[in-house]
Amino acid sequence: MSQEELKVPTMAEMMAQGQQPEVLFWVGCSGSFDDRAKKITKAFVKILNRANVSFAVLGTEEGCTGDPAKRAGNEFLFQMQAMMNIQVLDGYEVKKIVTACPHCFNTIKNEYPGLGGKYEVVHHTQFLKSLLEDGRLTIEGGQFKGKKITFHDPCYLGRANNVYEAPRELIEKLDAALVEMKRSKRNGLCCGAGGAQMFKEPEKGDKDVNVERTEEALETQPEIIAAGCPFCNTMLTDGVKAKNREADVQVLDVAELIANAQDL
Amino acid sequence: MSYIDNILFVLILAAGFGFFAFNVKKLIRNIKLGRDIDRSDNPKERWNNMALIALGQSKMVRRPVAGILHIIVYVGFVIINIELLEIIIDGIFGTHRVFSFLGGAYSFLIGFFEILALGVIVSVVIFWIRRNIIKLWRFAHGDLKGWPHNDANYILYFETVLMLLFLTMNAADFHLQTVGADHYTQAGAFPVSGFIAPLFDGMAEGTVIMIERATWWLHIIGILIFMNYLYYSKHLHILLAFPNTYYANLKPKGQFENLASVTKEVELMMDPNADPFAAPPENEAGEEEVPSKFGASDVQDLNWVQLMNAYTCTECGRCTSACPANLTGKKLSPRKIMMDTRDRMEEVGKNIDKNKGTFVDDGKSLLNDYITQEELWACTTCNGCVEACPVNIDPLSIIMDLRKFLVMEQSAAPMELNNMMTNVENNGAPWQYNQMDRLNWKDE
Repeated sequence: MSQEELKVPTMAEMMAQGQQPEVLFWVGCSGSFDDRAKKITKAFVKILNRANVSFAVLGTEEGCTGDPAKRAGNEFLFQMQAMMNIQVLDGYEVKKIVTACPHCFNTIKNEYPGLGGKYEVVHHTQFLKSLLEDGRLTIEGGQFKGKKITFHDPCYLGRANNVYEAPRELIEKLDAALVEMKRSKRNGLCCGAGGAQMFKEPEKGDKDVNVERTEEALETQPEIIAAGCPFCNTMLTDGVKAKNREADVQVLDVAELIANAQDL
Repeated sequence: MSYIDNILFVLILAAGFGFFAFNVKKLIRNIKLGRDIDRSDNPKERWNNMALIALGQSKMVRRPVAGILHIIVYVGFVIINIELLEIIIDGIFGTHRVFSFLGGAYSFLIGFFEILALGVIVSVVIFWIRRNIIKLWRFAHGDLKGWPHNDANYILYFETVLMLLFLTMNAADFHLQTVGADHYTQAGAFPVSGFIAPLFDGMAEGTVIMIERATWWLHIIGILIFMNYLYYSKHLHILLAFPNTYYANLKPKGQFENLASVTKEVELMMDPNADPFAAPPENEAGEEEVPSKFGASDVQDLNWVQLMNAYTCTECGRCTSACPANLTGKKLSPRKIMMDTRDRMEEVGKNIDKNKGTFVDDGKSLLNDYITQEELWACTTCNGCVEACPVNIDPLSIIMDLRKFLVMEQSAAPMELNNMMTNVENNGAPWQYNQMDRLNWKDE
């Protein structure tokens, strides 16, 4: 990857210059702090830079959407976080939000409007697809040409919001061989991280959910397991490690696939 | 002329429908134990869902084998019950095959019913084999130990017996028509029972008439018993699938309800002009408003759609076979969540019956006595169960309501989740990172 400097303006900087970006990039906690997810964030920013998209981030003014608190049952904490975020977003008169995290996507898109926060919210795969359709971005197969890639549907993108096609269309644009797992799209099996499971040890059982899902992915004999969610990415990466397959199977976000294909 | 038959028939019919109505009243009362929830929006989309999912079985056929067999049984039962109308008229007025004047159309209908009846028997036999010989994972599952397992088989036996009675009745009738017995006018076509009819060759006419009458009576009595069995069985789904799909959630599955009572308090907290020492608001009657309970610990805290869901569940286990927690050996099973909710609702209902219309605290609750915390905390909220349900039952909403109670009323979240929530509260992220470091990735 080339080390071009990333252009990541904040909303505050934009506002100081009297500018309003086309879209706000909601980075999310994972994308901001998790070492693996930060790579996804950077890959997405590189694509945005390449496509000359006018965007901005909230930076230190962004806070957890409240998703894990809500799924854990803490409605108070969720609504506190939501109200604070809505105040910030409305303060900047944000109209459109893109995020690489399906949990942030779902929460802001579906649960913020009832609390007064009404925005157009898209997942980064949907946004990339629209860039492609508008001719602002071109995708070439590059290093992924002919490679076997299977896509794991994030629950909060797929079942929760019926977005199944955008990530697949992007993978197909890489001239890769998209292979489906037995359970995919609306039947896709969870990676095990949702509902605040990410932050706790699993209950007693025979197996970890991420290992089960990774086995399903490995059945397709993929070279790459593609994900569209930082949590799924972590779970599947751990699953691949648990199966001792990290040498021949990579877990990559769709944004990373596209950025890598372009040598960004 | 003796009218004993007719009177007996009317009495049996009245008893059958009367007891059914009695139980339906109880069913509605129990469902209404739930909180109110407004599901009157978008009637067009709701009718559409009902037509597609309940009437059209669109989600059943996602598993094609079970789906197609189910459609045969379902269509068989619905259509053969058209014949019930004739049976009731014949029974009340002492007529015999009152619709036979329809001629060709009548023959077509009877012939069609017979083919369906055979289809039902074949399907039911396959269902029985799947359940008892092949022991499909979701039917051999621990959720179905005891009564639920027997209930499922009783339903299959009932259906087989009813269909065999129907076919035997037709066969005897056909035989009597052929030998020219009094009252048995030529009517109908018998593509299936025609093969049974030769068994009666050489029997005395009186014996065959007795067989015909006996099967006629047993068939209608059997239907009435089966109808009354519904309330005690998972088989209630044949009725409740319709309202259940109509009133199901229409919003995106990822959208969880925002508690309005919480919104009020959060708004107050965030309002710089609010007086933190103000007396709680009073309602019109001048009483202080009782703060509502957060989440649910018992069936009365759930809403009526969730309770109707519980009565609608036919324990097919498609939810559980899609549940990541259950597939990996955890205790959580969305099917059991629904079965527990129904069992507890029944228990509360019986308590109310016993105590002359009011519920007397029995020291039990849905949470802990039926559904354990270990089950609740294993859920990944992936919506796999909700997607899998052929009649749009939502086990996840019940799990979430019970979790809310645990966290907001009892602060009983697992320790790691408490840590996560403390982090969100203090530094705006589920991990212990400083909010001021949020943009550091840019320069790393």
